[in-house]
Amino acid sequence: MIMAKSILSLVLNNRRRDHAVADNMLLIDYLREVCGLTGTKMGCDGGECGACTVLVDDRPRLSCISLAHSVAGRRVETIEGALSDGRMSRLQRGFHEKLGSQCGYCTPGQIMAAEGLLRRNPNPDDDEIRQGLSGNICRCTGYVKIIESVRSAIEEAAP
Amino acid sequence: MSEQSVAHPRASAIGAHVPLIDGIEKVTGRADYTADLDHHDALVGRIFRSPHSHARIVRLDVEKALALPGVIAIVTGEDCDVPFGVLPIAQNEYPMARDKVRYRGEPVAAVAAMDEAAAEAALALIDLEVEELPAYYHPDKARAPGAVDLHGDRPGNLERGVHHEFGDVAAGFEAADLVREGIFDCGEVTHVQMEPDASLAEYDAERDRLILHTCTQVPYYVHLHAAQCLGMDTSRIRVVKPHVGGGFGHRSETLNFEIITCILARAARAKVRMKLSREETFLTHRGRPNTRIKVKIGMTKDGRMTACACETIQAGGAYGGYGIVTILYSGALLNAIYDIPAVKFDGYRVYTNTPPCGAMRGHGTVNVRYAFESLLDEMAGELGLDPFEIRRRNLLKAPMETINGLRVESYGLPQCLDWVEQASAWAERRADLPKGKGLGLACSHYVSGAAKPVHWTGEPHAVVNLKLDFDGGVTVMTGAADIGQGSDTVLAQLVGEVLQLEIERVSVIANDSRITPKDNGSYSSRVTFMVGNAAIEAAEKLRGVLCAAAGRKLDAKPEDIECLGEIYRVRGGQDPGLSFKEVVEEALAHEGTITVKGTFTVPRSHQGGRYRGAGVGPSMAYSYAAVAAQVDVDSDTGLVTVEKIWVAHDCGFALNRLACEGQVQGAVWMGLGQALSEEIRYFKGLPLAPNMLDYRVPTIVESPHIEVELIESIDPNGPFGAKEASEGALAAVIPAVANAVTDAIGLRLHETPITPDRVITALVRSARDGRRDKPELGNTG
Repeated sequence: MIMAKSILSLVLNNRRRDHAVADNMLLIDYLREVCGLTGTKMGCDGGECGACTVLVDDRPRLSCISLAHSVAGRRVETIEGALSDGRMSRLQRGFHEKLGSQCGYCTPGQIMAAEGLLRRNPNPDDDEIRQGLSGNICRCTGYVKIIESVRSAIEEAAP
Repeated sequence: MSEQSVAHPRASAIGAHVPLIDGIEKVTGRADYTADLDHHDALVGRIFRSPHSHARIVRLDVEKALALPGVIAIVTGEDCDVPFGVLPIAQNEYPMARDKVRYRGEPVAAVAAMDEAAAEAALALIDLEVEELPAYYHPDKARAPGAVDLHGDRPGNLERGVHHEFGDVAAGFEAADLVREGIFDCGEVTHVQMEPDASLAEYDAERDRLILHTCTQVPYYVHLHAAQCLGMDTSRIRVVKPHVGGGFGHRSETLNFEIITCILARAARAKVRMKLSREETFLTHRGRPNTRIKVKIGMTKDGRMTACACETIQAGGAYGGYGIVTILYSGALLNAIYDIPAVKFDGYRVYTNTPPCGAMRGHGTVNVRYAFESLLDEMAGELGLDPFEIRRRNLLKAPMETINGLRVESYGLPQCLDWVEQASAWAERRADLPKGKGLGLACSHYVSGAAKPVHWTGEPHAVVNLKLDFDGGVTVMTGAADIGQGSDTVLAQLVGEVLQLEIERVSVIANDSRITPKDNGSYSSRVTFMVGNAAIEAAEKLRGVLCAAAGRKLDAKPEDIECLGEIYRVRGGQDPGLSFKEVVEEALAHEGTITVKGTFTVPRSHQGGRYRGAGVGPSMAYSYAAVAAQVDVDSDTGLVTVEKIWVAHDCGFALNRLACEGQVQGAVWMGLGQALSEEIRYFKGLPLAPNMLDYRVPTIVESPHIEVELIESIDPNGPFGAKEASEGALAAVIPAVANAVTDAIGLRLHETPITPDRVITALVRSARDGRRDKPELGNTG
């Protein structure tokens, strides 16, 4: 089956991209297969686990149930875009130092969801952190150290 | 580096909070898992699965599918007539079904195609004709007289019956003042590791060589089984384990899709990438079986246990896998936690027409522990004893040997109980709890590595190589599989500790069969204990080489050299000594690149008794845990909310406090899932919830805070005293929650998970029968 392709233009991790993309291609496949950004993970097959979370115009979006063309003209950020000047973001540092990441497979999705949360609400309490990450399943940590990781990132930002 | 800075405690010292050495890769998205590896020239592999639970294959036609454009190869059961399985004595699974299919979802054929669309189209054209056979989804049906034998060599579909009696059980019950029996049913649960299964196999047709990258906990077993099933010499195969997104036992045996990917790659003479969907990952399963446990305990009126009898029936699924080990663990670890003078175990591992069960965190021990600790609580209630008190009256005195030949050298359970009682403010809290809330306690334990390896080769149980070269970096080479638990980090810490170096000087190369020494794999919590001890031995040898070099340079005897990591000097001398680099240069000048090896073997004294089945249960060390849970039960909806967990885990010594805490929290939380919401149910062999929405893994919203205390009993044989830290606490969580629910509603459910419908059913039935202990909901404590 040959699917029609059309040009997809977007800003991906601060870089403008133009690709000929099949109309039925999922955003996660575009990121991983076309752009080679394999940090975004597929954990389920239908928006159940949150591992594929990316930011679209600052808001978390499940890339495994989004068509690539649905982000045309938008600003998309993946875990690879979280580094600045080669250094980890405060959330990445928090997840690393507080062991919010064990096997690491859900981690990019957790960090992007947490990044989306902190942009909406820079100082969430624990319940708000739980709500903000409620769509992201982790099978290793029991979430205790994920909450501590996000909290550590918030504290790092505080003066 | 100055002497003063050497005197500072090292950030990566054992006992410190040390982030994972591959943590930065994980949080930046640079960690490559199998599906992330370069596959631009790979074919797409897909598996055709049986839609039947139990059937004889009459005809399998792949011709039409093979004729499709873009389809390169199709393989079937005809392509491999060699069975595999993790236990050499019970290999009865073919990579793809041959004469029969035995569960819905069993692989029957596989396709390699140019792209997803072609592979998908090919699957639709494969034509399977079968003759249906009666299928059994429950052990009672599979064991019934006249049931068709799934494998033709196991009458009554009994894969293994275990009948063990240690001590005089009849006399024990005779001597008891109180004897009680309970029947408990545990639903089937599965691992749901976050990374779906994936393999990448590359076959070099010119050289007849195969490279397999796969998401496994046991690269060595996969290597053996790939060679066995493909009829290739092991030297022609290379197995590499990339980053692995969790395992929990799912990946502790070779899985069919891994061998299928290899067979496909050879048939296609190409590179094939197999990525299973989440549903297929559920079908591959190997989780904890549906289990019925009948447990009977006798005790004196002061709460001392006199005997225990336990019958356990497991629905093992369609193939052997680890099944025999699972049922043996269920019996063996009735012992080694409390002092019980007589224990009888009757276990039945039964084949059913469902996906094979296998090892899952707390292998074989979890469901039995739930039943035991539930009944123990009931009996404490009858005797008017506090849950802590009854457990304290039955403690072991280590060092000791159990009636079934297990040697307990270190035993921190008393300290675990003390901490949990204090941290939870048990007595005050229990007295003050309002209606509908309850507190529960339970204990559990686990091995620190199975003392007898599955494959008996006579080799050491663990080998670690170290390399030191001109660059001054120490490279640890290990076959131990880091699957997210942090074993690479712990090995780097241990080597760093012996050499007094920060782990920045230490790198770990793991799991490439071309480079790293063989390791049995990550299961039975063996890596820290066994591979850790091997790493210590290797590092001590390297330190010996370096001290000898420093001695030559400083004109002193090697034994007079003090190793301070970055500085070597004569002990007690005023000399500034030599820098690490200078010592390395001196050592290399004589030998060139230095490689040393450390090994570890569990001595015969700790490998268990000599009866049939004695090989499962022995370990050089056992971990212990006590867990208290506070729950709220909504009597209108039946919803159980766990509000707080306190857990103390005796890990011997916490080599990495951060990782130990994380492991204990993860184990506790996984137990909560089984206690409250996780269950695989089947409709005519079809799993009803093969996805992450319907299979209810707790989300962050319903997960409570878990307060952890690490108890350090300093095991005499562990690496710096360390023992297991990631499995032992799981089993206690389920009975702790069950006991708390009983405390809250005044009646006991005998099933897991404790779902709202089960709670409501129990409440309604109890009200109707008028047999409730109390007229209204409330706290029985």
